[in-house]
Amino acid sequence: MSDEPDNDLTNEDDLVAADTAVETIPEPDPNAVAITLNGREIVARKGETIIAAADREGEYIPRFCYHPRMSSVGMCRQCMVEVDTGRGPMLQPSCMITVLPEMKVETNTPMAKRAQEGILELLLINHPLDCPVCDKGGECPLQDQTLSHGPGESRFVEEKRHYEKPIALSEHVLLDRERCILCDRCTRFADEVAGDKLIQFIERGNATQVSTFPDEPFSSYFSGNTVQICPVGALTAKPYRFKARPWDLEQVESTCTSCSVGCRISVHSSRDELLRFQGVDTGADSDSVNWGWMCDRGRFNFESIEAGHRLGVPLVRSEAGLVDTSWNSALELARQLIDGASSIGLLGGARGTNEGAFAWAQLADAVGIAHRDAQLGDGLSAELLGVPRATINQAAAANTVILVGPDLKEELPVLYLRLRDAAVHGHTKIIEFSSQSTGITRYAWRSIRHAPGLGPVEIAKTLADPTIAAQIASGDVVLVAGRSNMAVSEATALAAVQAVLSAVPNATVLPALRRGNVVGALQLGLAPVDVDHDALATLRLAAAGHLDLLVLLGADPINDCPDADLARRAIAGARHVISIDTLPSESTQQADLVFPAAAFAEQRGTTTNLEGRVSRLNQKVTVHGTARPDWMIASELASVLGHDLGFTSIDDVTAAIAATVPAYASATPTAIDSADGVLAVNTGGGLPSVEATEAQPSGYDYRLVVSRKLYDRAVSTTMSPSLAKLPIGAGAHLHPADHDRVGEPDGAEVRLVSASGSVVLPLVSDDTVQRGTIWAPFNQAGADITDIVDSSTAVTDVRIERLT
Amino acid sequence: MSRLNDSNVALAREIIARYPKQKSALIPLVHLSQQQNGYVTEEAMRHIAELINVTPAEVYGTASFYEMFRFEPTGKYLINMCGTLSCALLGAKQLLHHAEHTLGIKAGSTTPDGLITLQHAECQAACTEAPTLQVNYRHRFRVTPADFDQLVDDLRAGKLDNEIPPHGTLGRNRQQIPADRAVGAQHPDDVTSGPAWIEIVPAGGE
Ligand code: SF4
Ligand code: SF4
Ligand code: FES
Ligand code: FES
Repeated sequence: MSDEPDNDLTNEDDLVAADTAVETIPEPDPNAVAITLNGREIVARKGETIIAAADREGEYIPRFCYHPRMSSVGMCRQCMVEVDTGRGPMLQPSCMITVLPEMKVETNTPMAKRAQEGILELLLINHPLDCPVCDKGGECPLQDQTLSHGPGESRFVEEKRHYEKPIALSEHVLLDRERCILCDRCTRFADEVAGDKLIQFIERGNATQVSTFPDEPFSSYFSGNTVQICPVGALTAKPYRFKARPWDLEQVESTCTSCSVGCRISVHSSRDELLRFQGVDTGADSDSVNWGWMCDRGRFNFESIEAGHRLGVPLVRSEAGLVDTSWNSALELARQLIDGASSIGLLGGARGTNEGAFAWAQLADAVGIAHRDAQLGDGLSAELLGVPRATINQAAAANTVILVGPDLKEELPVLYLRLRDAAVHGHTKIIEFSSQSTGITRYAWRSIRHAPGLGPVEIAKTLADPTIAAQIASGDVVLVAGRSNMAVSEATALAAVQAVLSAVPNATVLPALRRGNVVGALQLGLAPVDVDHDALATLRLAAAGHLDLLVLLGADPINDCPDADLARRAIAGARHVISIDTLPSESTQQADLVFPAAAFAEQRGTTTNLEGRVSRLNQKVTVHGTARPDWMIASELASVLGHDLGFTSIDDVTAAIAATVPAYASATPTAIDSADGVLAVNTGGGLPSVEATEAQPSGYDYRLVVSRKLYDRAVSTTMSPSLAKLPIGAGAHLHPADHDRVGEPDGAEVRLVSASGSVVLPLVSDDTVQRGTIWAPFNQAGADITDIVDSSTAVTDVRIERLT
Repeated sequence: MSRLNDSNVALAREIIARYPKQKSALIPLVHLSQQQNGYVTEEAMRHIAELINVTPAEVYGTASFYEMFRFEPTGKYLINMCGTLSCALLGAKQLLHHAEHTLGIKAGSTTPDGLITLQHAECQAACTEAPTLQVNYRHRFRVTPADFDQLVDDLRAGKLDNEIPPHGTLGRNRQQIPADRAVGAQHPDDVTSGPAWIEIVPAGGE
């Protein structure tokens, strides 16, 4: 799709060329096709369908199965129009017919209308017409188009068919079969978009229905999208079912901050209660981020915002544990703690807004907090953000995408969808470096398996392979860079990224950092100045008893730091801990002072996604209890400390960011509200040079891989009833052959021993794991794998001991 | 054991190798599993999915489209009795009643000994020979109640074993195509030139 505006970078050469071209007769656009639509001459694009051309021209043709993000299948026949290609007008489904020069299309003739009415009458024969008790009623394409294009009356007087209702397709998605009009949207989505072909039409004719394989649920990370695109009320999502009527819903557009893809979404509420999130698609060509899709984690974890466990008042530690206190006394206590501290560490800020991160960075500057980090030793150096950045669209249009980072399906799900689409339907070739099979492996052009602790030499050698080198030389290269394995040190991971960049110097980078606003927080002042002041250094300082105050800004190091033991010792070792958070976590439980923070959809602001795209966060519901937005807490704390940050409203903070942070200069409130947001990217700088210590062979048998699954013990997941059951739980996953060698049955507990500790975990046989390695999912219920990870070593080697 | 047995797995691999796309072997493999088990079991569908690298749901979705695949335990002999117009006019209904009476079961079920499944069917394309039935898809023409009883007796006595293979076996001769005689069809994605009258547009336009 070379005609996408985003890739059409105008440079000066083009401008000169355009100037000199004024005199010559412009070449006719080879992609333009002139057709007549309802008597009007229009210009359509070569290869597009009539319905797509008509949409652009504002002529609405009724449809059910057609979806601009998926291939046309002509299932419903609702889009019948009269098409004349010179042989006289004929009824044709407009979603199946591509435009041809001189084609004449009529969408409203009596013949076309009769066809459309006929199809609607046919569809309604089997449809139960239970709109009054149907969740879709009020926003239902079937209802709406029956009114606008239907016959008005039905001749069907017989008994309607009945099915057991509803049946569960997955943990979230329910199906009322009698409402289904067999449009194939959900099944096509599962196949073409998600690549999880777990739902299918079964049976034939009148008995056709959507179904999973018996006992094999539609457990796709993207299942919620099918509910959103179902054109009738056949698919409903459990969290929303029977919760509201569409006409009672209020909605605003916002940006999902559950991960740093930053999907464009709309937030729906009724009576001040969040009820559902939906993906927003800004249009066929221009949408830059999510194309209307969301992952289920982002879609359903709003339940945690409404959960009964929210922090609603400040808490202070007393003899009786954490007890409620007032904001004034909490702020006063915080003042004393800050004033009395000679060393302070500030961790977090990546889960909130740009404004929260910026205000806290300002406060940190004002009181001289040297140790700060928005990541918790689980990411990559903020300098990565200084390397020329790619957008998601550029990555999806690049000839080559090199992946040196996490399993995107698990960590940045919608980025996975976009890159999968680029590999399957576009011309992008993916070269993946990974120590186990990932979600993208089956779509990768080359998937290179390596032992954990991939060294620069190995990378250089691989990229120098003639076929791979030729592919890389064939066009743009985007490097998706992140941390694939938390049992491998950050320096080692960074060295791998550097090795790719030195082999492919003009590659642009899409940073695969995970937390919602990690890029914003790092760009706005919460990045550590150097490795001696980063999260791990801060935690080590605290653990050694040399930190007076540790401030956790929406951070839970005990669960999120790859060295849990260090985090635990740090929180115990810091003289005082202040936590600012929305939900209680293991880390807030141990704080001396807890400020309740406003959650997603409870505050306005902006966020920066991994591309550097600044987009809008909007408030939809009232803040829980007396919780306040992060920026306000920072600002009030600053004033009790005798500093004035100069903000009195969120828009002041947004404006201050635009005024003081060069990369954000064009991120003014109006520009941010535009459909595409604003790209704020620091250029210049580059990666620090790191010395990669080549992993040495050790006496241990296995090398450890620790990485995240989409569903883990994150509070937003565990506090959302719909998601709480989905984490797979802790375990030691072994290749089946290694598993046999251990000689214990699946599920049997074994002890994993590393140089720094031991942990008892159940064995799981798993053919995505490479021989000689153990994969353990991060932050899962059960024994904590990070107990045996030492953040100061390059790789973690372990041995397995049988308990029996 | 309702996964494919070892000899059928070998056969399955041979069948898969005939197609440029593994998935194309789906229907032949479902037939193979039905020949082995008498009906299409869940385990067999899972096994087929593994063999041709699709999801079990895809196997189920495709297989359940076809009437000749059965998903419940089925007798060694499946008797399909036509009830469509010509046969109906010539007493198909009475014949079906008679059959139910003889076998002691309702149409749609299987005799307790697992030998015979009786079911109603639509036109079997032998209307001039009405009323008709099929035993494991082998025709019987102008069937009288007495013919039916005789048929059942013969089946029970094993007299028809040469003529009528067990249920699920379509033909007893299996095609064997040595590798050097296979046509070697191209994978559809690799087709770059088409017949002169069809313009091939590669995916992605232009
Ligand atoms: S369930 Fe909905 S999306 Fe799926 S085929 Fe039926 S009508 Fe279409
Ligand atoms: S991919 Fe990330 S940003 Fe998009 S919906 Fe999921 S969690 Fe939210
Ligand atoms: S929209 Fe064209 S056939 Fe369904
Ligand atoms: S009607 Fe019975 S065979 Fe045609």
